Amino acid sequence: MAIRRGRGVAAINYPTGMNLGGDPTQALVHSTPTGNFMVTLSSVDLGQGMKQIMAQICAETIGVPTDHVVVDTADTDTGPHCMGTFASRGTHRAGNAVIQAAKEARQVMLEVAAEELEVNASDLETDGQGNILVKGAPQKSISIFDVALSAHFKRGRSISGRGMFLIPRSYPEKETGAMKPSTCYAHACTVAEVEVDDETGEVTVLTVKNVFEIGRALNPKMVEQQLVGGSWMGISHALYETTEPYYPNRDHGGTDFNQYLMPGPGDLAETEIIVLERPSADGPYGAKGPGEMCANPQIPAVANAVFDAVGVRIDTLPITPERILRALKAQAAN
Amino acid sequence: MAKVPVQFTLNGSEKAEFVESGTTLLNTLRDKIGDTSPKGGCQQGTCGACSVIVDGELRLSCLTLAETCNGVAITTTSGLAEGGVLHPLQRAFLDTFATQCGFCTPGMIMAAKVLLDHTPNPSREDVVEALSGNICRCTGYEPIIQAVLTAARANSQNAA
Repeated sequence: MAIRRGRGVAAINYPTGMNLGGDPTQALVHSTPTGNFMVTLSSVDLGQGMKQIMAQICAETIGVPTDHVVVDTADTDTGPHCMGTFASRGTHRAGNAVIQAAKEARQVMLEVAAEELEVNASDLETDGQGNILVKGAPQKSISIFDVALSAHFKRGRSISGRGMFLIPRSYPEKETGAMKPSTCYAHACTVAEVEVDDETGEVTVLTVKNVFEIGRALNPKMVEQQLVGGSWMGISHALYETTEPYYPNRDHGGTDFNQYLMPGPGDLAETEIIVLERPSADGPYGAKGPGEMCANPQIPAVANAVFDAVGVRIDTLPITPERILRALKAQAAN
Repeated sequence: MAKVPVQFTLNGSEKAEFVESGTTLLNTLRDKIGDTSPKGGCQQGTCGACSVIVDGELRLSCLTLAETCNGVAITTTSGLAEGGVLHPLQRAFLDTFATQCGFCTPGMIMAAKVLLDHTPNPSREDVVEALSGNICRCTGYEPIIQAVLTAARANSQNAA
């Protein structure tokens, strides 16, 4: 009986969004009378930071500071249609819709500014600080504040735009069944090192090293935060969490946080995160969906590390001490 | 059922309420007084989201009866900022991205504050021990541990 050490590797390919019959998200953007911009969505911020990302995308497209944008989400009665925040689709689908809406709003904004400055709208540019300038003659400028006032009170224009992003339905090929569930894919690779006590079946994850390829990181600190939390969650899925330990038998399922186990702050593996940015062709400013895929590769990596350590292959999650001991017993009997 | 009078100070200001016997401190703070910074997670003392500070000690407000709180001094996360300036723990949680959905954050900050009040220069093990009664779904804990250590360093630099 001994503590045995093992190392496992796993790589994954994860779709951004899914496609069950066309996958649309719509967005509306409009300016207030003082030149702030509202983004209206039905998409939900679950805490991953979608509001911040949509504000950045809108601000970048219109050419204003991010804090000039307010994002109003998640009233599905009154907001433009969204399929929902799931399948890691929020940034990609809603982001593309916001870009389209913001481009239309920007065009109206430039047209109003052009009338005020008596120039051609195509000769104007934004400085990102809340002003519109004549290209090559920046001394000739107008603030977006004044443009919005003019639009509302003088010119009778609505500085607004409509955005629509639709991944059309993909039908399976009759011969092969092949279809296109998504238009872009994130990737990850994890190496996990574990110790397995072959007397108790207990697994300790020592280190987990992850590389994530997530398109463009639109907010690098928030991406890192998501990936660190996701890596922990992957280990939690691999070794701890289940509502149905004897599925399909419902008995012995956890009923509260005393019984539903997750690793606490004292059970953390040494975690390394590396981000690779390969902008996606159809992503908003190159983004993909890092949401769910970041909690996936740890699971097969830990399973492979357990195999490397004690030579048993556990194919049911979570990899509990009981399952390891039963597998060791079966192995010894053979 | 007869209502029971209860008086305590909340973040330095005096509060007096009539509550039904058996009402938890959590529900009194949230529903009667309107301080929604303590969160109702599990309502059975296993998640730590409802943590508040009662007379300097960490307490689970979902397991504390309001009528036992006569004369005590209660601190919640909503009382930490002074004059619009965030408490060093709040600043550190922001700066180290130690919060995602935010539901566990007030309880984490309460647990961390009691730790730093008693142990201004904690080790990592001290921080882990102090946070062990609070659960978090999003962060993986490491950013929270780093936030508490960052706040402790900021405090000791200010004191020096």
